[in-house]
Amino acid sequence: MLVGSGRGHVGAALSVMEIVRVLYDDILRVNPKLPQWAERDRFIFSKGHGCLALYVMLAEKGFFPKEEMMRSCHFGSMLGGHPESRKTPGVEASTGALGHGLSIGVGCALAARIDRKDWRTFVLIGDGESNEGSVWEAALSAGKHRLSNLTVLVDYNKFQSYGPSKDIQDLEPFADKWRSFGFAVREVDGHDVPALRDVLKAAPFDESKPSALICHTVKGKGFKTTEHNADWHHKAKVKPEELALLLVELEGLP
Amino acid sequence: MRKAALLAVHELAKRDPRVVFVGSDITKQNLEKFAAEFPDRYFMEGIYEQHIIGMCAGLAMSGKVPYINTIATFLTRRCYEQVLIDLCLHELPVRLLGSGGGTVYAPLGPTHLANEDIAIFRAIPHMTVVAPCDADEMKRVMAQSLDWHGPLYIRIAKGGDKVVSSDARGFKIGEAIPMREGKDVLLISTGITTQVALDAADLLAKDGLTATVLHVHTLKPFDTARVLHYASQARAVLTIEEHTLVGGLGSAVAETLMDAGQGGVPFARLGFPDVFTEELGSQAEIMGKYGLTSANLATKAKQLLSK
Repeated sequence: MLVGSGRGHVGAALSVMEIVRVLYDDILRVNPKLPQWAERDRFIFSKGHGCLALYVMLAEKGFFPKEEMMRSCHFGSMLGGHPESRKTPGVEASTGALGHGLSIGVGCALAARIDRKDWRTFVLIGDGESNEGSVWEAALSAGKHRLSNLTVLVDYNKFQSYGPSKDIQDLEPFADKWRSFGFAVREVDGHDVPALRDVLKAAPFDESKPSALICHTVKGKGFKTTEHNADWHHKAKVKPEELALLLVELEGLP
Repeated sequence: MRKAALLAVHELAKRDPRVVFVGSDITKQNLEKFAAEFPDRYFMEGIYEQHIIGMCAGLAMSGKVPYINTIATFLTRRCYEQVLIDLCLHELPVRLLGSGGGTVYAPLGPTHLANEDIAIFRAIPHMTVVAPCDADEMKRVMAQSLDWHGPLYIRIAKGGDKVVSSDARGFKIGEAIPMREGKDVLLISTGITTQVALDAADLLAKDGLTATVLHVHTLKPFDTARVLHYASQARAVLTIEEHTLVGGLGSAVAETLMDAGQGGVPFARLGFPDVFTEELGSQAEIMGKYGLTSANLATKAKQLLSK
């Protein structure tokens, strides 16, 4: 996609790649042939700017042909710089403006409860996104309704567009905040696939509370060039030499 | 009018299990029966409008038809991005019942006045905007709301407004209603200014002038066909709205006339100028100060006709 469009929120996608992979490989009840299957689990990708990670997994699972990825962001493409549910099979909600997904997830979880259905709702949000007041409005409400069928995954990469989150808006004590809003909280290394698998299989962490999984991640994970590098938060014109560096590293991986 | 709307939601909930009610810390009055009969579909939530809109989007994505009620100002401005993205971009069937559209809450000051709700919602694709003129018409709106596609904003007036609508004239969301027909002047109104326009038509009749009063209860989608039809038969066209002149009914009519090449007709718009109406007092006093009265509308009509 980076080759095809020359742009994307690279750092934000790389920090959630393992989280999204484990969700689609081991946790989510979805059917790529029936993206609107009523009994599916809902996965709201609230930090929409990290959608490159989502697109890769949806293509891998067969929600749409992989070739679509080369056309991302081009006129008429089904894959935009932020995910859109009316364009892309498998995308539950159009996101990109931050702080929307958790409220949508609360509504989905309430609907499942009203209908006495066992499908679950997962919402992935960012730490920078957690600056938005609406995230905490939704957290208050999820706690009030004791939505044990709702799990929020927080990509805690400790970086936002400008730089380190602690210099812009420190979120600590972060886990305590979620706890105090009524969530059962666990923390995990967001790049440790077996650990992610184990902890997500254990959700809900408490039968009478919504779950919050704080995933400690590295923004831009996987490439020396991009890790902890705010320059890679968003790239609009990726230069051929920058891409070459990434490809060399990728091919060098075991 | 609010009472009619809330009682109607209960009736709809009896008919259709998809109906869900969500309030934002509002009085339980007129909701008691809903709460008792359908506790699992009744949500009295906190004072967080952004969250409520997103939550209702999630409910609607999962097959529900949520009806939300809170004060119009907070339901339109505080959560504008949620309305635009979560509801309208996704084209979801969420119904927004905005209490106190216009200057109903005059004594509470400018933070509580919704004088631009129509303009800001008109600007969003997929949105529908309806301003009924009385409680009877509210019942007709509510009856059609259940199966209306996409998001729907219903502007609730003060309550106790004179009933001028009738079953005989029919009602369909999106179709303007001629309340009376005349040859000289066309008065176009929405919400409770329809009563003002009808009174103005009576005043004009005393001077031997006949007026058509076209009640445009639906501001979006806009009934351009009826507006153009009646405008083509009139010697002058006037609009009146309890709303800013920026982007409301008057703007929509002006756009319609110009776009159709009918801009030559003598034309005037009555509404609030580009100011905060912060005088306090009553709705009637504020509307009076800005000329939203039958006497002023009749005078303006005569001035246009005499040109």
